[in-house]
Amino acid sequence: MTAKNNGILESKIPEGSLQDKWDNHINNLRLVNPANKRKFTILVVGTGLAGASAAASLAELGYNVKAFTILDSPRRSHSIAAQGGINAAKNYPNDGDTIWRLFHDTIKGGDYRSREANVYRLAQVSNNIIDQCVAQGVPFAREYGGLLDNRSFGGAQVSRTFYARGQTGQQLLLGAYSAMMRQVSAGKIEIYPRREMLDLVKVDDKARGIVIRNLITGEIERYAGDAVLLCTGGYGNAYYLSTMAKNSNATAVWRCYKRGAQFGNPSFTQIHPTCIPVSGKYQSKLTLMSESLRNDGRVWVPKKKGDNRPPNEIPEEERDYYLERRYPSFGNLAPRDVSSRSAKYVCDEGRGVGKTGLAVYMDFQDAIERLGVDAIKAKYGNLFAMYEKITGENPYNVPMRIFPAVHFTMGGLWVDYNLSSTIPGLYVLGEANFADHGGNRLGASALMQGLADGYFVIPNTLSDYLAENLHAEKVSTDHEAFDKAEKETMDRINKLLNVDGKKTVLDFHRELGELMWDHVGMSRNKKDLEMVIRKITELREEFWKDVNIPGENNTLNKYLEYALRVADYMELGELMARDALDREESCGGHFREEHQTEDGEAVRDDENFSNVSCWEYKGDDKKPVKHVEDLNFEFVTPTQRSYK
Amino acid sequence: MTIHLKIWRQKDRNTPGKLVDYTMDDVNPDMSFLEMLDWLNERLMNEGKEPIEFDHDCREGICGSCNLVLNGMAHGPHEATAVCQLHMRKYKDGDTIVVEPWRAKAFPMIKDLVVDRSAFDRIMTAGGYISINTGAPADANALPINKYDADLAFDYAACIGCGACVAACPNSSASLFTGAKISQLAHLPQGNPERKRRVVNMVDKMAEEGFGDCSNFAECEAVCPAEISITAIAEMRREYFNALSEIE
Ligand SMILES: Cc1cc2nc3c(=O)[nH]c(=O)nc-3n(C[C@H](O)[C@H](O)[C@H](O)COP(=O)(O)OP(=O)(O)OC[C@H]3O[C@@H](n4cnc5c(N)ncnc54)[C@H](O)[C@@H]3O)c2cc1C
Ligand code: SF4
Ligand code: FES
Repeated sequence: MTAKNNGILESKIPEGSLQDKWDNHINNLRLVNPANKRKFTILVVGTGLAGASAAASLAELGYNVKAFTILDSPRRSHSIAAQGGINAAKNYPNDGDTIWRLFHDTIKGGDYRSREANVYRLAQVSNNIIDQCVAQGVPFAREYGGLLDNRSFGGAQVSRTFYARGQTGQQLLLGAYSAMMRQVSAGKIEIYPRREMLDLVKVDDKARGIVIRNLITGEIERYAGDAVLLCTGGYGNAYYLSTMAKNSNATAVWRCYKRGAQFGNPSFTQIHPTCIPVSGKYQSKLTLMSESLRNDGRVWVPKKKGDNRPPNEIPEEERDYYLERRYPSFGNLAPRDVSSRSAKYVCDEGRGVGKTGLAVYMDFQDAIERLGVDAIKAKYGNLFAMYEKITGENPYNVPMRIFPAVHFTMGGLWVDYNLSSTIPGLYVLGEANFADHGGNRLGASALMQGLADGYFVIPNTLSDYLAENLHAEKVSTDHEAFDKAEKETMDRINKLLNVDGKKTVLDFHRELGELMWDHVGMSRNKKDLEMVIRKITELREEFWKDVNIPGENNTLNKYLEYALRVADYMELGELMARDALDREESCGGHFREEHQTEDGEAVRDDENFSNVSCWEYKGDDKKPVKHVEDLNFEFVTPTQRSYK
Repeated sequence: MTIHLKIWRQKDRNTPGKLVDYTMDDVNPDMSFLEMLDWLNERLMNEGKEPIEFDHDCREGICGSCNLVLNGMAHGPHEATAVCQLHMRKYKDGDTIVVEPWRAKAFPMIKDLVVDRSAFDRIMTAGGYISINTGAPADANALPINKYDADLAFDYAACIGCGACVAACPNSSASLFTGAKISQLAHLPQGNPERKRRVVNMVDKMAEEGFGDCSNFAECEAVCPAEISITAIAEMRREYFNALSEIE
């Protein structure tokens, strides 16, 4: 059922030219004076790039911040694993980059399913991010002259990616973490590690608190505040296997959805083309090989089906460098969705390599001959070492075997230009929101977005809300809304512990993951999606009858934590499938088999789907209702993406 | 292949723990060590027993969550590797592996193989940062940094905060961890203004948290998954003495 946009989905895009929108908006936002800032408490859930940068920046402004993370330290948040780099329109290499170009590449890369104003703002603040990080001591790669080095990434023809060896996320996060620890020292931030948010508390329809489980004692804790910032990352683990960290999860966003926050584009998932293939059932997660490798690695498969000669024995003329062949202008740097799908096609044709046939080669032989082993080592040494550790093969001698894997979720809670969800006082930052990447995220733009949200957007936009609520009554944790939310949380936990069934949480998660990967993955069709919605419903029923959760609630119990998350994935998985079924077009990472050209390229339907699909929860036994936010393109003209 | 495990089980800080024997006879050489533990946990749950608690998150050697001592070696036998990146092909059929948590006074026990490393966060709070507010710092290229220093700063910045250095040290010293941050910031011009205060505060905090002194055993360097060089400790000492002599 589609309801008419009921006015909730007001994007609040400011007036003015694209270049002036953000400045105009800042000029119009209300401010909170320093003495009053001290009166506000902000609850920041999640301490990855988005959460840590927001917490630090808000504390610097004088707000009181409480920051929560599942992990034992904020520094371990999943952002730490990002390898490749972060984009900015500095144009240091003088290769013609501008804010406009970064904006244009990002919105085109997203297949015209994001807001112009948001993406332009992202490109505008990208340069400030680099300045900020360098000032914090982030050791970006430099050239001999002492200036910052750049490299190119998929979906772009300029070199605008800043990087810190293969550990860019780590260095950026440690920078944001250090800014946060400085505010801990100043008494403005309190950190709550090993805490998991299990519910949102609303009073008078505004977000006023959270319910947290202390992961060591199992106790339920209540925290009240004037606003809640969700910075809890993406939900790729709904697929069981992904490149996400093991504790990355959807619970916080899902609980907020169930409290009324609308979910934007849930089916938009990014499948990254270059990951290490699955080796067996015991596989617990997948490892990404940074896309930066595609600068020098050439992707190929044998021309012949079932050719199982070792790669070095397959002569040049019997190899199909399929990306270079199909996309001559971008070649191996074609965007992620295009590259992933191409890999799937060649494997479907029976030309995949390795034991399972579910892999393609990424070959560095030419680059090694051209640049020398040392140059390759300097650029990719740690990635090559990582590959060798995992597979036992040396990529200096034999080509890497790679295959696509779930990597990022463009979908997330819907937010307006201010990053506010449909629940006043609940803001969503970083990968947890749906905002800036449309149908497909370009490489090196998630780090940029997380930090843009945290350092530069929220410090401005939050003050407007707080100024409006300056005289609102403070809510105490004794409020009945907290009693109710806590009781519901405890009931859910007890219900799970009492199922006392036979199958492990892993059994269920693997089954869900398989359904999702096969039918809500790289390629989707109506029949399978309808089937998968039924199957997920059945699986969910079985879960609540037959799951076996070990141990008790009142100690560290990771399988209980895990079970609560899997329970939420089973509901979210269904919504993802519903959204995929509803979106009768192919765009970005969402490829509907019914909507393709003769040679297998995606066909977008701008007439009917130039919009964001936003789902509203209506109850466990009711279908969610879809609302749409129309996307208007005033400054760019959507074209069919071509990387040919 | 078959692997015999002796794993530390401990209910909580106040209950004594012990090594418990488990035999796994369906270990695949391509499994990671942690995947073998997952596999064992599934078996335990299917037998109605309590699974083994251990910390992990990224499983790529970068978040610093995993913390196991295998046969007396923090992070196991493989050099420059966190235990999550260790694969079973490193072992032989029939091997016995003793699995223990980090042991140090400053890392109190939580359960089984999980310990509390929040002392590291408190050391960072004492000065592991550059005091700059979010705003408009100068253009990133306004201050060139020679590549040698930038690379050196990076080498130190690579620390993943796992705590293996403490676990391996006979004195349970956190000098490699603390020295790495101090040295990183000492090699960057941005770190200069607070250089003296930083080293004194961080070193004092380290002692206050109950970490021991360094007496140059160099066990830390040997187990460090991020290959932090022990010169970090020498640099930290030099910084400390310089700072004290000037403050006095
Ligand atoms: C392997 C890999 C490589 C990548 N490389 C790049 C790259 O090179 N460039 C790029 O731009 N992007 C990259 N990305 C994407 C990018 O890293 C992420 O999108 C981004 O870091 C997400 O940041 P975040 O702050 O939104 O969330 P996260 O870093 O995921 O942080 C989430 C935080 O929320 C906490 N949390 C979650 N749920 C709860 C809860 N219920 N209660 C309390 N706390 C909770 C977690 O503990 C954590 O602290 C990569 C991603 C992966 C997986
Ligand atoms: S110095 Fe090495 S061993 Fe110590 S915490 Fe850092 S990475 Fe771990
Ligand atoms: S699990 Fe992240 S370093 Fe081992």
